[in-house]
Amino acid sequence: MGGTQGWGTVKVPADEPVFGEPWEAKAFAYGALSARLSGQNLDAMRHAIDRQHPHDYLADGYYGRWLACVETMLVDSGVLAPGAVVARARKLRGEDVTEPPDPTPNKPDYQPTAGGSLRQVDTPPRFAVGDRVRTKAHAHAGHTRLPRYTRSHTGTVAAIHPAQVLPDTHAHFVAENAQHVYAVAFDATELWGDGAEPFTLTLDLYDDYLEPVE
Amino acid sequence: MTAITRPPDHPDAALRAEALESLLLERGLIDPKVVDGLISRYENDVGPMNGARVVAKAWTDAEYRRRLLEDGTAAIGELGYSGPQGEYIEVLENTGGVHNVVVCTLCSCYPWPVLGLPPSWYKDPAYRSRIVREPRRVLAEMGLELDDDVDIRVWDSSSEVRYLVLPERPEGTADLSEEELAALVTRDAMVGVGRVTPP
Repeated sequence: MGGTQGWGTVKVPADEPVFGEPWEAKAFAYGALSARLSGQNLDAMRHAIDRQHPHDYLADGYYGRWLACVETMLVDSGVLAPGAVVARARKLRGEDVTEPPDPTPNKPDYQPTAGGSLRQVDTPPRFAVGDRVRTKAHAHAGHTRLPRYTRSHTGTVAAIHPAQVLPDTHAHFVAENAQHVYAVAFDATELWGDGAEPFTLTLDLYDDYLEPVE
Repeated sequence: MTAITRPPDHPDAALRAEALESLLLERGLIDPKVVDGLISRYENDVGPMNGARVVAKAWTDAEYRRRLLEDGTAAIGELGYSGPQGEYIEVLENTGGVHNVVVCTLCSCYPWPVLGLPPSWYKDPAYRSRIVREPRRVLAEMGLELDDDVDIRVWDSSSEVRYLVLPERPEGTADLSEEELAALVTRDAMVGVGRVTPP
């Protein structure tokens, strides 16, 4: 979404409740419980959000995405059958529908090595503050946290953060791949060309996303 | 034309949320008390008033301010704030010459323990797309005019690091108590799209 155009101006409501509608509060709560209910994790939750149809992604806003990703995670883990939520919704509004039978449980065979996303790693960081680095073009399938607008660009390591599990593999239960994470600063002209507003954009990037600039 | 996946009579989000709840309850997978407790916690106890206390303390206690900038997570934890989306919090200091502003272009990551759940504009495509491309213009549209010589730094929260902006203490507040100062600090100032104004 970063850098895409056509969204208009930012609208700031004078005052707004934490949840605009009661269903948003429920979607939040189920989202907060989704990893536990599905036997998955936070990165898988984000990947379930990524996978929504672009129309659906936008149709019901932030908590609409949460509601949809909980359903995806529960279906993927064999807790609910595909279509179970919509069938129940139709039934609730009085339609005569047959609900699908429960599927075979299919939770991922996966155990985190610790709580949260931060990890200790034994290897020293590959890059030091001040090093020039380039982001990869990075078109692999599946989840990633390398935003599209920052791919194949050159920046400077500004800080070294605590090591973290790699979302690209963690979201798919392949491996935690704990690794160093760097704050990398990009000049606006590197991202947007010579006519860009002057500013610095800093992104937190996993070691796998970076290559050295000779 | 690209097909839209939903049929015209697709149940709306409110009804789908009710359906999901009914399926989960029926299977004994959720406890309504836990669900209500979570909602109540983020409606009442976890919000920008927490971050405002952190900021006011940093403004009045130089030693705390030093600790906060050095290890945000620990200093924030001293005031009892921790939990989901607060595993590692870094504090960015705004000064006369440097203005920090925070976004998550990917999914609206936000430092929950100190700011609560994000406001609508933070999650909106307009903010997420534009603040990383034309921040000065977006900030001006949101009511924050910055001098041309101010160094703007935009932070896109793309890992599990969360950011809290420490805004500048406004002029004319030397006599205010920590509590009175906390009452001035706004959510927008702690994201970096506003500044704290004197009473």
